[in-house]
Order: sequence, then C-alpha cells, then structure tokens
Amino acid sequence: MNEEKVKLPDSLLEYIGQWKNKKGNVIMVLHKVQELYGFIPRAVAMEVSTLINIPLAKIYGIITFYHLFKLKKPGKYRISVCLGTACYLSGGNDIMAELENILGIGVNHTTDDGIFSIEAVRCLGCCGLAPVLVINEKVYGKLKKEDLAAILGRYRNQEAAVKA
Amino acid sequence: MNRYIFLSEPGNRSSDLFFYIQKALAEKGLDKKIGLVRTQNVGFYSSMPVMRVIPDDIVYKDLTHENINRIIEEHFIHKKPVTQLLHKVASPYVRLENRNEYYKQFRIVLRNMGCIDPENIRDYIKRDGYRGLEKILKNKMTPDDVIDELKISGLRGRGGAGFPTWKKWKLTQEVPGDEKYVICNADEGDPGAYMDRSTLEGDPHSILEGMTIAGFAVGSRQGYIYIRAEYPLAIKRLEIAISQARELGLLGPNILGTDFSFDIELRWGAGAFVCGEETALIASIEGNRGMPRPRPPYPSVKGLWDKPSVINNVETYANVPVILDKGGSWFAKIGTETSKGTKVFALTGKTKNSGLIEVPMGMTLREIIFDIGGGIKDNKKIKAVQTGGPSGGVIPESYLDTPVSYESLQKLGSIMGSGGMIVMDEDDCMVDVSKYYLQFAVDESCGKCSPCRIGGKQLYDLLEKISKGSAVDQDLDRIKRIGQAMLKASLCGLGQNTPNPVLSTLKYFPEEYDEHIRMKKCRTGKCKDLVTYLIDPDKCIGCSLCALRCPVKAITGEKKKPYFIHQDMCIKCGECYNVCKFSAVKRD
Repeated sequence: MNEEKVKLPDSLLEYIGQWKNKKGNVIMVLHKVQELYGFIPRAVAMEVSTLINIPLAKIYGIITFYHLFKLKKPGKYRISVCLGTACYLSGGNDIMAELENILGIGVNHTTDDGIFSIEAVRCLGCCGLAPVLVINEKVYGKLKKEDLAAILGRYRNQEAAVKA
Repeated sequence: MNRYIFLSEPGNRSSDLFFYIQKALAEKGLDKKIGLVRTQNVGFYSSMPVMRVIPDDIVYKDLTHENINRIIEEHFIHKKPVTQLLHKVASPYVRLENRNEYYKQFRIVLRNMGCIDPENIRDYIKRDGYRGLEKILKNKMTPDDVIDELKISGLRGRGGAGFPTWKKWKLTQEVPGDEKYVICNADEGDPGAYMDRSTLEGDPHSILEGMTIAGFAVGSRQGYIYIRAEYPLAIKRLEIAISQARELGLLGPNILGTDFSFDIELRWGAGAFVCGEETALIASIEGNRGMPRPRPPYPSVKGLWDKPSVINNVETYANVPVILDKGGSWFAKIGTETSKGTKVFALTGKTKNSGLIEVPMGMTLREIIFDIGGGIKDNKKIKAVQTGGPSGGVIPESYLDTPVSYESLQKLGSIMGSGGMIVMDEDDCMVDVSKYYLQFAVDESCGKCSPCRIGGKQLYDLLEKISKGSAVDQDLDRIKRIGQAMLKASLCGLGQNTPNPVLSTLKYFPEEYDEHIRMKKCRTGKCKDLVTYLIDPDKCIGCSLCALRCPVKAITGEKKKPYFIHQDMCIKCGECYNVCKFSAVKRD
C-alpha cells in the first residue's frame, strides 16, 4: 500500500485520546471524523484504525452498515428530503422527484460543482409541516414542488455572490 | 428573571426568530428580567412556531417580527396580553381531575415539557424533580422495595412490546455479580414518531433520574444512553444535564452522600433502524455492526459485554421518578386493568391538529382522533389509523371505538409500538401504504437472517406487482404464506413484524386489493399505473388551465372548446385533476 498518510488534526487526536481506552469506541470516533471532514476519508480511517487498534476492514464494515456514515464527500448544501410517513402521504416522493429533476442528480449524489447533494431521511420530527425538506440546518415545510426552483435559486445566487 | 418565554419552533432547529426575540428584549432592557428558552413542543404543532409565556400561561402564535415587537411592547411593558395573537386552546397542563371534554389529555411523561428550562437542573428540581430518587435514598428503601413499587404501579415497557418493567428489573437484579448495566434505548426510528426526542430535549433530567433509580434497583454502577445522532439538540441537552447532575452529587460517586454510585454515558447511534432492537443496540454500543442475536439469553441476564443489562426506552424511564415520588398505587389508578398509566402518541397524518399528545390508557382511538386531533382535514372521511410504525398495522374506521391498550391493539393485528399514530383518509391507498412500510423494512433489514432479508423483498415485489396491475389472485396467498413464515422464523422483532402492515390491510381492506388485482383499478389514484385521466367533453369549458399546468404538455385543445389528454404522453401526476374547477377531469 502506498497510499499517502495524512496528519490528523489535533482536535481529532485529542478526542481519540479520550476514547482510546473505552470499550466500543469506534462508532464515536467515526462520528468525530465525519463531523470534521463531512465524510470518512479512507486515509483518515487508516490512521484511526492504527490509533484505536481496530482493523480497517471492521471500520469499513461499520461505515457501510450505518446509514449516517458516508464514504463520499457531500455537497456544500446538503438537501435532506423527509420521506417519513406523514411526508410520504403528503407527497414527499413528488418533492424528491422534482428535486432530482431540477438538479439532475439522484439521491445520495452530489452535483458536479459540489454545491448540492440530496439525501433521503426518515422523519425529521416535524410532521405537522409535511412535506418537509432541510437544507443544511434550515427547515422548509408545507412544500409544493413549484417552490423548489425558487429555494434552490436562492442558494445558487448566494454562491454566485460569494464567487463574485 | 421574573418571566420566561418558551419558544417552540418547527423541527426545533435554530432560526432567526430566536435571535430576533433575544435582540428585541435586549433593546427594551428586558433581557435580564425575561428568560428566553428554546423548547420542544408546547403542545400545538400545527400552529408552530408558538411561544408560551410563564407564569402568565399564555400561548402566542403568528410570530412575525412585527407581532413580536407588539407582544413585547404590550405584554411585557404594558402588562396587557395581545388578545388577537392568542392561541385559542389554553394551557395543556391540567390536573387529572380537571380534565374535561375539551381537554382530554393528561401528562405524566410530558409533565415538564415547556414548563422548565431543560438546560437548568434547578427548574427540574423545583417541579419535584429528583424527589423520587431522594425518597429512595433518604428512606433507606431497598432495591426490592423499589421493584415492588413498580410492580404495584403496573408500569409496562413503552417501547412497544409492553413487558412488565418490574419483571425486567427483577431478572437483572437476581443475577449475582456487581458488573451490570442500565441502558436507555433512545434510538427512536419509526417514521412519524418523535415522542422520545421531545422528552429528551424538553426534560432530560427525568430520564437521568429514572435510569439512576433503575441502577439502584438492579445494582448497577453504569448507565448508557444510546441516542440517535440525528438528534443533536437532545444530545447537547443530555450532556448539559449529566454534568449538572454530577455537580450536585445526583450522579457519580456517592449519590446524595450515600454509598450508592452511578454514572451515565452517551453513545450515539448512526442511523440504523434495527438498532432499536435490544440485542442489536447492545452490539452497536459494543462498537459492532448493529445486528441482533437470538434470544434467550435475554439481555436482562446476558447483555452488554455479556453482563446483565436492563434496557428500557425513554418513555418508560420518564415514568419511573413519578411512580417513586407519588407511589405505585397512584399510578395504578390511571389506565385500564392491564395497561396502566398514560401513553404518549405522535398524532400525525390527516388530522386537523397534529402533534404530541399524552392520554390515559383506555381512551378510544375515536376520542384521540376526533376530540384531540380535531377530526380529518378538509372534511374528508377517515379510512384507517396506523399505529406502531413499520412494525404495526392499520386499524379500520369500524374499530375506532377500541380503547387503547397493549392487548386491544394487538388483537386488531397492530401493536402499541412506541407511539406513532398516523391517520389516513379516503385519499390514501392501502396497497400503496403497505408498500411504503415494506420499502422501509426492506431498506432497514440488517440481512442477518433469511426470513427477513428475503421475505421482506419478496413481499415488496408482490406488492409492486399489485400496484402495477400485473398481479394474480394467487399472489394474495403468497403474501399470507410469506408473512406467516417471517412472523415465525425471523430472528428479531423487525423481521417478525415486517408483514404486519400488509397483513392487516389485507385483512381489513380486501376489497382494495381485489380492485387492484381483478379490475386493475386504484380508487385513490395513488397507484399511478392503474389510473387514467380523461376529460369529460360535456363538462370542459375550455379554460386551458389544465393544459397550462400539465408538466409534460400532454393536454392540447383550443380555448373555449373541450381539451384532450394524450394518454401516451400522460405521466399521471394528477395535476389536471386537482386544478380543474369544473370537475371535468375524470379519474378512472
């Protein structure tokens, strides 16, 4: 293996230090990795594997078992479409289809410019506002599919403004 | 602080509103006098955001910036409530004896929701918090006394199966050895259910106290809360609560100066529904893929790191302090013969009011849906209610007068579950609903045992066939056979209960399945392959609205003459059907 080694940031090393001697620590450590990087890069997983003495294969097994852990980098704006029961009954699927249509990507994919990615989530706990989607931390409720273009447009404009 | 504002926002995520109110209060110099707390659910989900002012006990809605300025000016400076902005329903906090036909709820689990600052332990203590624990330690109660009190109360597990809590604790207590664990299952994963989240966010100390009491009863020194990582606010509040409890000597070594020591640690889930199953949850805390194992041995005897472990869910623990404080016999007065106390439900779907409710066991489904939920939106007709999420079943309208209890729901082919209650109306297709739940179960099956892994997919495929109109009569028998096999042979509750939604809809709505299979029709239009939209030339006035709205331009025509839908292009989205003001578009 001649993969490049990465230097882990101090905050991560410190966190691993705290958890190193606790049993069953790997999931907590992976959460921290994902918090820092937005996903779990292979090179980081290899470092973690050495530090907490858990085989890389097992780490891979865990990452692929749990829905939250990601092997690919998500977009700058992560769009989570709720497909919980209440949202499903109020047309969450149509919202998802329209979103895929507008962005030209499927669920769990990121747009080529790295700006948007789409995820499906199960119940965000605000069923009273169904159907719902969340972009990063902001909730958009009682959606109609006609609203989507305008919502995405706002983020696009924001991006354009940052670049200019 | 002489007043508090409790702000309750949709999804309980940060928004500008909180900061706006903060700023507005500071500008008027009121920020030292009025505390602002972000809280989960003060009881009125459909009108969120709302804010509740205490001690005035007033709820305001329609919180625009302008209205907030007005509330601050009139309510807080001139001490006159702004009547136009009041929420119509008054306080959700009533005593049991004061319940009436307008307000049928009764709160034990949600007792502190929206009344306390969840980040301040003293607020919890002021409302009798930690009194149950104190009573045990001060009165030198024995672990057996505690378990007896629970036995008197009749409390049963609120995670769904309804196993008597005292029995579970007793089993663990009886195993010799001093390395035992108390685990809180906060991996609430049913779509449409958020009871536990609200409790953790709104009243974290009630869980800590309940777990500490369990620790005392079974002889454990260490507790774990296994919580969904998707609940960041609940995690934050639990962390704050744990450190505050440690500071006051309510957690950690020598609690309240006695020789009883107990501490709690958080472990995060990572988005796997099956981890709500107790043996899978244990595997996940141990740092493995969350896959269940056969039982027995039950976790009560051989659980976390092979040590005896008590596992209860959030709502169960939240009941415990109250039982110890007020006594088991007080608790046993509430509810039915076999199901004591209250149950929290997340009432959602097609009801007018949706949100968290807590009702005494034994209330009928009809009372819940019509008296509390306000009936069905848009004057539609109710078709069914689904309880227990993907592991539960649907209950048709004809059984709505069933009182809610563990036994009664099970008899109807559903389960109490953790408390999701989803109301469906005449627009919901039962085949489509079953397909939705099966899709969920198939996605979430861990794949360890074949009945669940293969059976779930087979059931899903059969339902797909039905919804596409290519099924035959024998397919219904196949569904029943596979369902039975899964029920009997699956390793854990996930697989055993996966067939529930389809079997129960098949039992109560056989005619809908029949229509799909024999007549190739879906009366609700949800199964798109079975629907044709047609324009009735006698009714169409040629307004062109449908043609404008059609996303694929499948409708053509001349103005003021009947329009026409080209079937080969139609994607059956139903847009024309919905927009036509003259009922000229027919769904067939």
